Amino acid sequence: MGFFIETMLGGLMTGMLYSLVALGFVLIFKASGVFNFAQGAMVLVAALAMARFSEWSNAALGGDSLFLANVIGIIGAGIVMFAVAWTVERFVLRKLVNQEGATLLMVTLGIAYVLEGLGQTFFGSEIYSINVGMPKDPVIMFEGLIEGGVMINKEDFIAALLAAVLVGGLTVFFQKTSVGRALRAVADDHQAAQSVGIPLNKTWVIVWCVAGLVALVAGIIWGSKMGVQFSLVTVALRALPVVILGGLTSVPGAIVGGLIIGVGEKLSEVYLGPYVGGGIEIWFAYVMALIVLLFRPQGLFGEKIINRV
Amino acid sequence: MIYRENGQFKTSYLADQQIFTIAQDKWFVLGLIAFAAIGVPFLADEYLFRAVLIPFLVLALAALGVNLLVGYCGQITLGAGAFMAIGAYAAYNFMVRVDGMPLVLAMLLGGVAAAGFGILFGIPSLRVRGLYLAVATLAAQFLCDWAFLRIGWFTNNSASGSVSVAKLEAFGWVINTPVEKYLFCLIFVVVFALLAKNMTRASIGRQWMAIRDMDVAAEVIGIRPMYAKLSAFAVSSFFIGVAGALWGFVHLGSWEPAAFSVDRSFQLLFMVIIGGMGSIMGSFFGAAFIVILPIFLNQFLPFLGGLVGVTVSTAGISHAEFIIFGSLIIFFLIVEPHGLARLWSIAKQKLRLWPFPH
Amino acid sequence: MKFRSLALAAAIASVGLSSAVFTPAAHAQAAEQYFPILVYRTGAYAANGNPWANGYVDYLKLVNAKGGINGVKVSFEECETGYATDRGVECYERLKGKGATVFQPLSTGITFALTEKAPVDKIPLITAGYGRSESQDGSVFTWNFPLLGTYWVAADVAIQHIGKAYGGVDNLKGKKIALVYHDSPFGKEPIPLLQERAKMHGFDLQLLPVAHPGVEQKATWLQIRRDRPDHVLLWGWGVMNSTSLKEAQATGYPRDKMLGVWWAGAEPDVKDVGAGAKGYSALTLQHGAEPNSKVVKDILAMVHDKGQGTGPKDEVGSVLYMRGLISAMLGVEGVAAAQERYGKGKVMTGEQVRWGLENLNLDQDKLDGMGFAGVMRPVQTSCTDHMGASWVRVHTWDGNKWEFSSDWYQADDKVLRPMVLDAASKYAAEKNIQRRTAEQCAQ
Repeated sequence: MGFFIETMLGGLMTGMLYSLVALGFVLIFKASGVFNFAQGAMVLVAALAMARFSEWSNAALGGDSLFLANVIGIIGAGIVMFAVAWTVERFVLRKLVNQEGATLLMVTLGIAYVLEGLGQTFFGSEIYSINVGMPKDPVIMFEGLIEGGVMINKEDFIAALLAAVLVGGLTVFFQKTSVGRALRAVADDHQAAQSVGIPLNKTWVIVWCVAGLVALVAGIIWGSKMGVQFSLVTVALRALPVVILGGLTSVPGAIVGGLIIGVGEKLSEVYLGPYVGGGIEIWFAYVMALIVLLFRPQGLFGEKIINRV
Repeated sequence: MIYRENGQFKTSYLADQQIFTIAQDKWFVLGLIAFAAIGVPFLADEYLFRAVLIPFLVLALAALGVNLLVGYCGQITLGAGAFMAIGAYAAYNFMVRVDGMPLVLAMLLGGVAAAGFGILFGIPSLRVRGLYLAVATLAAQFLCDWAFLRIGWFTNNSASGSVSVAKLEAFGWVINTPVEKYLFCLIFVVVFALLAKNMTRASIGRQWMAIRDMDVAAEVIGIRPMYAKLSAFAVSSFFIGVAGALWGFVHLGSWEPAAFSVDRSFQLLFMVIIGGMGSIMGSFFGAAFIVILPIFLNQFLPFLGGLVGVTVSTAGISHAEFIIFGSLIIFFLIVEPHGLARLWSIAKQKLRLWPFPH
Repeated sequence: MKFRSLALAAAIASVGLSSAVFTPAAHAQAAEQYFPILVYRTGAYAANGNPWANGYVDYLKLVNAKGGINGVKVSFEECETGYATDRGVECYERLKGKGATVFQPLSTGITFALTEKAPVDKIPLITAGYGRSESQDGSVFTWNFPLLGTYWVAADVAIQHIGKAYGGVDNLKGKKIALVYHDSPFGKEPIPLLQERAKMHGFDLQLLPVAHPGVEQKATWLQIRRDRPDHVLLWGWGVMNSTSLKEAQATGYPRDKMLGVWWAGAEPDVKDVGAGAKGYSALTLQHGAEPNSKVVKDILAMVHDKGQGTGPKDEVGSVLYMRGLISAMLGVEGVAAAQERYGKGKVMTGEQVRWGLENLNLDQDKLDGMGFAGVMRPVQTSCTDHMGASWVRVHTWDGNKWEFSSDWYQADDKVLRPMVLDAASKYAAEKNIQRRTAEQCAQ
């Protein structure tokens, strides 16, 4: 029993981290209709910038204050993400208004290549570490209730909590603030939004910035967990089934989808894996998403796809 | 003026139904094939054959398959690498398990196996479309990656999961040297390109295009979406599967599932989009672009650095390669979203009018 | 329209330029021995590929600084493979045309592909510490040289080391050992030997694959937490290793019960985990981190202090740097051995270097003289044994650096030899290769 709960919890926490990356996909898709494959590269660049800026600031200032270094790192990475957002809007998206989905998707793959190359050129391609003071050792809880107790990883727990807060904040931002409404309006119909006076270009910069910040948070959490290095880009592929399952246009969908995928893949790996040789979690996530798609083509929470003739 | 087509009258339906109705086109393409078959073997050296021309031909064949599905039928796929893997491993198993199996037949059967799986994974296309479908096909990719690593039967229980082929022989022709390998691939590519061209001109290709342009309207005029979509998946997977068998047997000689990873799928989709969706010629342009560009940059950048007296580090080159590759993709998509094939037709148009632009 | 013509012009120009660049440059100058270097300095495994490549290049620079191989200067060129097989094949094809005499791909996948090509081109492959385990049998694998050790050697020694903790391998009965491995030919190589050993000693072997690149291992370590194996063998490369250690920490699995292969026992694997990896042990391919060895001091003095160092100075002497350095040394010594027979001061061909590698005899005096005292033990190859040595030590991470924690082990030939012969014969049958006879060997 205790082990089952541990697996569930492990899945939920991993799922929360997946939703963080998935959120980046959803934000950009909602506001610009672009399926942003560069989200993984953005996570990498944000984490690299954060790790390196804090390292450099420590070296330059001679201080060893973890807090100061991290603040400088976050600010530096934030600036980098803003620059990315502005550049992408100014030089890429603006020129591709009204193109087909496939073209936009390919463009983000191009952006991903550029970001990966630039990020590694400026910040290096070794393993760097981010230390935001996350506790690394596990705690055992509920020892009285269940035999052996339930082991909880504090780092995962804090990360999941952070993700939850971020997701909550973004939901409020989208639903309640005027900028959020503008974003949703742009997502629904570019031309209509523009004709009621919403500046299209500015909105896109904002949404890519927000996606950049989400990438930064994801980068800090993932980077602190497993070190900052190139493989962070593969996180995007793990988050894809999440957005598909949850629906491309739904913020809550990204979260629920993340949790379902997280729990599903961990349970499948632990309980089914041994019978078929293991290593099944990645395709299991995709197959889960595929099965949902067969019954609900728009995902669990997506807006119904209406085909007008 | 160079490309003058006046004076070429079609006097029969047969003439009107030729693949190339304009004489210059016909002679150009025939000349190109003749050059590829006769001229290139004398001109190219071993490096060009093994590192550039053979991969180019094989990937062009795979891109052709992807283009049939993505460009002609409008179904996006990110699982092309998986179908290449199925083709390669199925052909391998036919070779190993059936005594005296001819090489070409094994490869074609590999294609058939890929076509079968193509139909299976094409079923979601009846319900979902666009990006959702792209992700659904990724399921095929990851499932295949796993299956070929984990299920020993597929790799003839090779301990490491890596398989290799013994000697290649087709119809008594032992394929050993790079030139022979190149010609072997070339035959496949020419035959399949002709097949693809004819399919897209025939009823089945028109059905695919109708589905691509507007599936509801296509249904109204009596096209069965299920038949059209699944046949597109089957034919496309067949092409990709044969290409996969060629990639494994002829190009690599020994391979592991990582040779057909998700990166390969992305690469093939890149080729189609950059080359031009819905264009046979475009598949070749795209494959050439994607195969040659990284190799070219890899050699050109140190040369460029040498000119200005800077030694570029290996890491620097490969990062620059990423950046330039990505930028060129963005540039092409902005400037010419219809791919290199469109540039080609613009060039033809210009030649037709030259030297009087109006 | 302007853009379009620009793009068109660019396309045409690039085609033209490419034809100019593609014609491979003329062969390297006749008086130099050319060493191609396949590296990966970018991508998922860059952090581990970099120090290896730097060590390799630095050693070649050192050879030149010392006057070359019997007076023959060394020239070299890097080619980026990104750990991808098809890029590796392209690099091989490109560099072999420039007079390459020995290749070291540093990737099991590329090794498999090149094993098919090398005999045709008559270029030997050195795979020091990786590659196909059965290629130790040189009478079948004429052109492969898995010098110093294969994965079967590593697996064999790993079991010996674990057994030692219980007072002998025979006391492993009923114990449970989990193998956490990179799901690729690299990770799967040790499995046959481990299964053989499991049968012999009656321990349980649990196989836990981790998908490339190995950043998602939560489920793997949950299973380890549930099944509580007595020992965990870590068979990873790159980021997978540090992730494993972090997950071990997060699930509370004792790090001193973990034993890594020699590709999971270098600084990039543990640096990021720091104190969390304290007590973790890994096999070594003879050498560990050797900042105090003479060869390292030579490199610092003759290469780095002259401003010609390839990588950062503080990396010199680290584990993977040493691995690259020793790999380069083996290639250079192969050339030197070939010169003994075919003429000193001449540039050797691939076939000649192959003979040199097959008749390599680095005794302790010679190694000490080259500055490898305390770093490695003698290597002697023959026609039937292309490995030359199977010595392994274990080192342990103390939170800051790697420290040796065991004596020398040697793989048990009684276990290894039949398996190697068996697998090599199977390969020979598949490929219609005739095993070389004693006379053919002597040539």
